[in-house]
Amino acid sequence: MAEWDLLQRLCAAYGVSGQEDAVRDIILKEISPYATETRVDALGNLLAYKKGRKSAPVRLMLSAHMDEVGLLITHITEEGLLRFAPVGGIDKRVLCGRRVQVGGHVGVIGAKPIHLLKSEERGKAVPMDEMFIDIGASSREEAQEAVSPGDAAGFVSPFDTSGGRIRGRALDDRAGCALLMEMLREELPYDMTFVFCVQEEVGLRGSKTAAFAVEPQAAIVVETTTAADIAGVDEGEQVCRLGKGPVVSFMDRATIYDREYTRLAFALAKEQGIPCQAKEAVAGGNDAGAIHVSRGGVRTIAVSLPCRYLHSAAGMIHQEDFRAAGRLIPALAENIAGGAV
Amino acid sequence: MAEWTEKEWGPLRDMVFRLCAAPGTPGDEEEAAKAVEKEVRRCLPGAQIQRDTLGNLLVYFGDRQAPRQVLLDAHMDQIGMIVTRVEDSGFLRLAPCGGVDRRVLPGSVVTVHGKEPAYGIVCCKPPHLSNGDADKVPAVDQMFIDLGQDAETVKQNVSPGDRITLGEGPRALLGSRITAAGLDNRAGVAALLRCAELLQGKTLSCGGILLFSSREETGCEGAATGSFQARPTEAVVVDVTFATQPGVAAHQGGKLGGGVMIGASSTLNRRMTQRLRDLAKEKEIPSQVEVMGGRTDTNADAIGVSREGVPTALLSIPLRYMHTPVEVIDLEDLEGVARLLAAYVLEGGENRG
Repeated sequence: MAEWDLLQRLCAAYGVSGQEDAVRDIILKEISPYATETRVDALGNLLAYKKGRKSAPVRLMLSAHMDEVGLLITHITEEGLLRFAPVGGIDKRVLCGRRVQVGGHVGVIGAKPIHLLKSEERGKAVPMDEMFIDIGASSREEAQEAVSPGDAAGFVSPFDTSGGRIRGRALDDRAGCALLMEMLREELPYDMTFVFCVQEEVGLRGSKTAAFAVEPQAAIVVETTTAADIAGVDEGEQVCRLGKGPVVSFMDRATIYDREYTRLAFALAKEQGIPCQAKEAVAGGNDAGAIHVSRGGVRTIAVSLPCRYLHSAAGMIHQEDFRAAGRLIPALAENIAGGAV
Repeated sequence: MAEWTEKEWGPLRDMVFRLCAAPGTPGDEEEAAKAVEKEVRRCLPGAQIQRDTLGNLLVYFGDRQAPRQVLLDAHMDQIGMIVTRVEDSGFLRLAPCGGVDRRVLPGSVVTVHGKEPAYGIVCCKPPHLSNGDADKVPAVDQMFIDLGQDAETVKQNVSPGDRITLGEGPRALLGSRITAAGLDNRAGVAALLRCAELLQGKTLSCGGILLFSSREETGCEGAATGSFQARPTEAVVVDVTFATQPGVAAHQGGKLGGGVMIGASSTLNRRMTQRLRDLAKEKEIPSQVEVMGGRTDTNADAIGVSREGVPTALLSIPLRYMHTPVEVIDLEDLEGVARLLAAYVLEGGENRG
């Protein structure tokens, strides 16, 4: 199997928050031969426990989220067009002119022709409540045969691995899922629990119940994070950079991370010659926000892949960052579960 | 055309898809012209084909000696962008080539036509850096393309002047509707080719010229020079026009799937326009009227004043989301245009009726 086949399949699956079934089906099928025990909880989280060579002095949970940002169909107009609400944080500026998939059908998000715009409209982002999805229906009845309110729409974009990068939809956080799945295939030094969470993008909801159920003492959240290392952005505002290794955060808008664990991550990276970088901004947030305050508190660290164009049709990560994370996370897990710090 | 089924529109859809797959931004229509030429050889075997200085593709058929010489025009270029500079970091600066709507650019997927086509993303600053300007779309000269390659690789493949096309490949929507970038005006090109198919095996008493023109989106330069060479006695231009959608009211556009839009304007020939309306009725081809005061903003404006003047009519295919990567048409409207054109070639004529 080619190196990126698994990630490609995960990204091709649609799993807008609350409708993660297709993603979970792939993961469950792939990890079942390797996990000691798997179960799906009431919210739809997939919990997988795997016995290691030794029982773990520190009960460790590794998590990645299965859901992706997208759109939820709210209304079908008389003309057969679909109104929608965003699911998760989507910048309205990346929606116009995009292709989406809804209920197995292709749809497009159009815009008023530039020829008919007033001059003040030309540089203004179209408000989300003025956008709609067109699936080619010529009436409400025809649209209703294909789509119902409550159906989710997700971005359509190709998966591309040229140039040493990976471009594609839903890399946030299928890349994290793929990293955990690869780890599950290997023999582990200690017992560990892997959770594939639902509903991260709508308020860290899945990880809250998963952490309650697993009752970990320590957690590693595997994510993607905004890389703004693009033309037109000052170095100091770039947050992190593609190709410079996985990103370790000190603090974001949801979590202050365990300092000893972040120090451990950088020490291990240095020792083993794995590139690793610090997140240079207090921005964003991830499942760590819910996990570190679960029950009596959980020592938590996040390891993320730098990703450009997060929450848009096509994100971009670096293959070397993925490979480096694939080395750093198991090393970190072994040290944390083994009680090294 | 209520009985028109997928079996019938399938081949037409496939042809439109083939045409849309070939890039052709203004002044760089080479690939598009090749794709059109291939279709011409299939639809009009043996027809005389000519390429000219500005990139037009002209096809002559029928009786070249007849007093009536009908020119059918559709522009084959599409809006796009042009690389203006390759930054040291490997990011590309760009400028529009035709009327690109910058609101659809951030985060969009594009193809850069360097030595090898490369797939890129139009950079958008993440929302946390927009400093309260989340409602503003940056100017095109503030945007960049990210090819996801190291700078050296980019510089080997891409140079200033290379063209950029928007969007991804064409896709079918529900029923006979389709979406693609560049349906403006590959849909019109397809209508001309479909008309040629319908005329196959018919004996014409007139001469026909298909003008697949270049550079419409930058000012109709191709149509001006192409019609000068072709010396037609009359011309019908085929383009796309606005279909109604939210933001486009009934007085600003036609109905998608509502049939051929027959142009009526002070710059178009009234008798030809009337003849087309009559023929549509007679042949039961659904049609709508598109009224414009003066300029039509199509090649008809240039062709009508070519040499000592050419009586010109305009047929349009209603299209939603013009100049975005997700243009939408209904193939039924396209088929209607082709049928009406074929009927006009056979039974029309500026001096008749």
